[in-house]
Parts: sequence; structure tokens; C-alpha cells
Amino acid sequence: MTATESHATTSGRGSSAAPKPRRRRRLSITDRIVVGLMVAVPALLVLWLVWLPAMGSVALSFGTWNGIGSVDQIKWVGFQNYHDIATIYPPFWPAMRHNLIWLVFLFVFPTMLGILLAVVLDGNMRFGRFYQTAFYLPVVLSLALIGFIWQLFYSRDQGLLNDVFHTQVDWYGDPKINLWAVLVATAWRHTGYVMLLYLAGLKSVDNSLREAAAVDGANQVQTFFRVVFPVMRPINVIVLVIVVIESLRAFDLVWVINKGRNGLEIIAALVSQNVVGEATRYGFGSALAVIMMVISSVFIAIYLRIVFKEEQR
Amino acid sequence: MTRQNPPKLFVPPSAQVTLAASRRSFLRSAAIGGALLGSSSLLAACGGDSGGGGGSTKTVKFGVNEAKGSGPAYQRMKGFADAYQKKSGVTVSANYVDHNTFQESINTYLQGQPDDVFAWFAGYRMQQFAEDGLLSDLSDLWPIDGMSDAFKEASTSSDGKQYLVPYDYYPWALFYSKSVWDQNGWTPPTTYDDMITLAEDMKGKGLAPFAFGDKDGWPAMGTFDILNMRINGFDFHMSLLGGDEAWDSNEVKKVFETWANLLPYHQEDPLGRTWQETATSLAKGEAGMMMFGTFIGDAIPDAVDDLDFFVYPQIDPSIPADSLDAPIDGFALASGGKNQDAGKAFLKWLGTAEAEDAANAAADAPMIGANSNASQDSYSALQLKSADVVSSATHIAQFLDRDTDTDFASTVMIPSIQTFLKNPSDIDGLTKSIQEQKVSIFGS
Repeated sequence: MTATESHATTSGRGSSAAPKPRRRRRLSITDRIVVGLMVAVPALLVLWLVWLPAMGSVALSFGTWNGIGSVDQIKWVGFQNYHDIATIYPPFWPAMRHNLIWLVFLFVFPTMLGILLAVVLDGNMRFGRFYQTAFYLPVVLSLALIGFIWQLFYSRDQGLLNDVFHTQVDWYGDPKINLWAVLVATAWRHTGYVMLLYLAGLKSVDNSLREAAAVDGANQVQTFFRVVFPVMRPINVIVLVIVVIESLRAFDLVWVINKGRNGLEIIAALVSQNVVGEATRYGFGSALAVIMMVISSVFIAIYLRIVFKEEQR
Repeated sequence: MTRQNPPKLFVPPSAQVTLAASRRSFLRSAAIGGALLGSSSLLAACGGDSGGGGGSTKTVKFGVNEAKGSGPAYQRMKGFADAYQKKSGVTVSANYVDHNTFQESINTYLQGQPDDVFAWFAGYRMQQFAEDGLLSDLSDLWPIDGMSDAFKEASTSSDGKQYLVPYDYYPWALFYSKSVWDQNGWTPPTTYDDMITLAEDMKGKGLAPFAFGDKDGWPAMGTFDILNMRINGFDFHMSLLGGDEAWDSNEVKKVFETWANLLPYHQEDPLGRTWQETATSLAKGEAGMMMFGTFIGDAIPDAVDDLDFFVYPQIDPSIPADSLDAPIDGFALASGGKNQDAGKAFLKWLGTAEAEDAANAAADAPMIGANSNASQDSYSALQLKSADVVSSATHIAQFLDRDTDTDFASTVMIPSIQTFLKNPSDIDGLTKSIQEQKVSIFGS
């Protein structure tokens, strides 16, 4: 950074006059190029990999195209795809409902359970490390394995649950039950994730806060809710956003089980059904993807607002 | 979609499908990632050996929809390639890709840099590619010695020209366990009434007459197909799937009504049962019969010697029971392939009985050769009977998801049939919904 010094002196016109000199440190040419590249390259990548496809999806959603031939084969149909989705596409409204149930469920059960586990494990408990690992394990398991494990539990004719309880419940096939069966499987994975995030958060809370609270006569519960929880605000926001995003893009387990049909309709699976694999309803699928994007944008906007507000303080 | 090769792992059948599904979904997301980046030659990149000069007459590129080491199906493909290379001196540069990946990436594949000759199947999708100019005309290879008119019809597109050289097929019929039927003195029914009487008897003895599972979405299509062919005839079936008939017509309603009457004889809760689990219940003697393709043996290899089958009985006395689903696999010439002449020469040989014999000789288990002159020495009893049934059929349909628009089959028919199985009483509402979506997809 020696180069900046010389610029500073040349720009100074009579150094004695101003107590607060306009000594804006200017960058050298090399630095400018480096900074420029560091901004431009990621920006271009984001533009190319995120914004271009996103805008492409929006454009495609107003047409019909089966992917054969060049883009001039696209027939522009205006809002027809959106109209069809809302009126004659039976899986759409169930999918919206299921995503909402997913959100509420994830927020109420696994998130709360994750927090509870984190608080319990944060104390110096025997085998604490072991429990941590055990609860976190489902998060690192591959999807194939999770689908496999739960199939062993849920299979109607050969599954563990029906075998143990001598029932004939059609866990995956009955549309009244299968969503909840999948939610339990999801919770199994999600709880460990939330737990780990909170554990990390709890470790970073200054212990003197707890001691001060203890001196003031607060009990364990009061200490947590009145002192620790508010201090962990950044983690809370992150967890909230993760829950929302996870429930919106919920896809993998459902896809493994029955490709998002028969009671397991969710938006992300519907998008895939229409554009991935053999089906080639690119316009229709894009319209579904755009709907999903709009919903997520709302939550992302809220999140960014909170983050920026925090920074301004 | 109509045939899946379960991985050869020691895992329960119920889990195999899950494993396969997740592998597929991963590959699928990889495929769409590639598509978004504008990578048109995804499939070409999948195979190892893409070397060799593209334009050379000494090399023909061969796109195969079986992954390396994926069992007899792969061995047969390799058998084709090796035998032709040995016989003609032309180097066959084969590109082996996983079955489902191949099928799902076919659009980008054919529009990018496809291999000259590639494995595909007969039906609507083949015709669509022909209409879009992605396939080369093969009509000068036809007629092929040893292949019936039904095969020629299945290889023909809307312009009357042929675009496919078939190599194998697998009929759909009602499978049953010989030992169970012998014990009870049951014989295959030939009329609808006989079938109901038989089903009642099975029910009385504590068996589910029809083993039935539709978790995968496509197996129940087999029942729809055969009921439609038996009730409304082959021509109506094909024209309905081709998009030329209304789905809320009385004809279609009658199919669903008949099916609704038969549902009490089907296994309960079909939507939670994979086809492998369904086949297992047939093998265990919990169910009497099962409408399925001959690849049923893949799920129950130990019981396959005890299996036999019969074609679906007649329903409408005025319509003979002479049509059935028997999906045909074949080879086509990509119009984007660099070496059209060498490709055509290879295809000419691929249609011969000699080629099919070479393929079967190279594999642990044979396929049913599309060429009737192919040697049947290595066939199992089921395959011999399959060949017999198909050669005596007047019309061959390709299965619902091959006979109609793929988008319609996967995004409309699978959910609609599942809705029907959940709630068989609302046929009017169901057919109305199918018709609305059909218009949206077919445009009329």
C-alpha cells in the first residue's frame, strides 16, 4: 500500500490549512484492476448462472415449447400457462397447501425440538458428544440412504411399523397419511440441523451474561428466554430463513418416494415433473417455477430487510 | 418407463426401487443443470469411448441405453456391437449410458451430436422425433425378412415411412403361479364372466384375485390399456392416445366404469405398493394373478419357473381378444449422426436373425428377438410362449406412456389414474379433468 502515499501528497494543496484534509485514499491502477476483476467476475457469474436462467424461466413461462428445434419454435401464449395452472391443473392447489403445512410443521416441531436438544446438550452432560453426533447423523446421510431407511419402516407389506404393530396402514400410499409420514422423516433430518446451528450459537454466547443473570436471581428457564435467546437473534433469523427455504424447496424425499404424486404434491416436485426427465412442458413447468420464485422472493426480501436494518444500527 | 432394471444388490425389492429412484433423480438434476448451461452433448460426454474420426466409413457410432455392466441387457448390446465389428470390419464405437438417463436426455442428445445408430423404442415418441426431422428414413430397409406386419406398423410414422428396426419386445398379460392354480384346479378364463367367477372363487379362498400396485405410477396403465382395447377396440385406443378423441366420451367412461367394477377384486391400497412388492405377493401366493410385462421375473427370480400367463380375456363379444400391449425396442438412425451410410448398413444387419442370435449368445439371459427367424433354443418357457402370443396378435400397442404424448402420460395420466384408484366413484369429474388437460397439452 505504499503507492497510495504518493497520491495523497500530490493531491494535498497546502497541508497546513485544513484540519480535516480531503485525503481520500485513491487506489493505484493495479489495485483498481484487481478490485474490478474481483467484483466483475463474480457478478458476471451470478448474472450468467442465476439471473439469466431466472429471466429465461420467466420468459419461457409465457410460451409453450417442447425443447425441439430452436427457440423460434416457441409459441407465445401469454398468461395461458398460469391460467391453466390455477384452473385445470389438479395438483397445484394441493401442492400449495402441502408446502404451507410443511412450513408450519417444520417450524413447530423439528425447530423447537432442535432448540431444546441444543440447550440440553450445551450443558456438560455425559456422552454429550455422542448424542450430538447421533442427532446430527441424519443430516449427513445421503438421500438414497434416507429413502431406503424409511422405506424399510413404512412399506405396507414388508415394513417394520406394520410388522411390529400388526397393522395394515398404507403409510406411503394413503394420501391422508403419507404427507405426515414424510414430514416425520423430514423432521428426523431437520432436527439435527437446527440443533447444530443452535449449539454453535449457544457456544458463542458470552458466559458472563449467564453469570450476571444468575447473580440477579434468574432461574435456568428465565436465563434462556430473557437473556440467551435475545442475544442469539442472528442465529434465530438464520434458522427462520432456513426453515422457510427448506419448506419451499422441499423436494428430495418426496421425489424419492413417489415423485410428488398422490398426496405428496409439492411445488418443487411439480416443476420437476413437467420439465425434468422425459416430460418437456417447458413453458408450463417454467410458470410453476416462477410462482415458486415469487413466493421465495417475498421471504428473501423480508430476510434482507432484517439483515440490512441490523447493519445500519 | 415401462422397463426398469433393478440394481443387482442384496437389498429388499421394496428398497431397490428407492435406490434406483434417487440415483435417477440425481442424474436427472445433473441433466437439467447441463441443459441450462447449454451443454448439448451431455450424453456424448457420459460415455467413455467417443474417439475415432466421426466421418470415417470405418467407424460407426452406436448409442446404447444400457450402462456398462448393467446385466444381460448390456451384454446383448455389446454382443451386437462386437459381432458386427468382427463380421464387417467396421469399428463400432459404442456409447453406453444408463437406461433412464438416456431416455430423459433424449431431446438434447438428438439435437446435439448424436451417435449414428441409437437404441430407442416404437410408438408415439418415435413418431414425434420422425416428424421433427430428428430421425432418418429407414423405409428402404423394410420389409425385413422375419418381421411381421405388426412390427412394420409399429415402426412406421405418420408419413407412412419406417424409422425403426425392432430388436426385442415384451408382452403384457395376466401372470399367475402354476403351483397355486394347479392346487385349486383353476384354468385361464377366456371371457369376462369366467374371469369374474374365477375371481370370486379366489376371494372365497382368501386370495386377492388381482395383485395390484401403482406406487410407481405406470403399472396401472397396463390395465387401462387392455380394458380400453377390449371394450373399445384397438383403433379407438390408438386414436384416443394419439389425441384425436375426447377423454370425457362415453367410451372412456365405460372403461373406467368397468375398471371400477373390477377394483373390489384388486389388492387394496395399490398406491403404496411398488411393482416389485406386487410381484412378491403373487409369488407368495397371496394374490391370484397380475397384469404385467414379462420382466416381472426380474423382481422374483426364484419364482419365475413357476410362472405362466394368459392374454386378457374378451370383454365385448364383438371385439376379438387379438390385441395387446407389447412394447417393442428398436434401433433408429439419428439424422444428426455424421455417418449415415455406415449407420444404415449397421441397421440393416441389426434387423437380421443373425444379429439377434449373436446378441443372445453374448448374454446370460436372452431377449425375445423381434425377428421370428431368430433361434429360440435359449428361450425360457415364458419367452417361448410370449413369442407365440405376440406373433398371433393382430395388433400390438406399445403401452400408454409410449403410445401418447410423454407430457400427457407423465403429468396427466399418472396422477389421474391414481386419483381414480383413490376415488373410483367420480368418473365424470375425472374424465372431465383429463379432457381439459388433454386440450391444454395437445392443443385441441
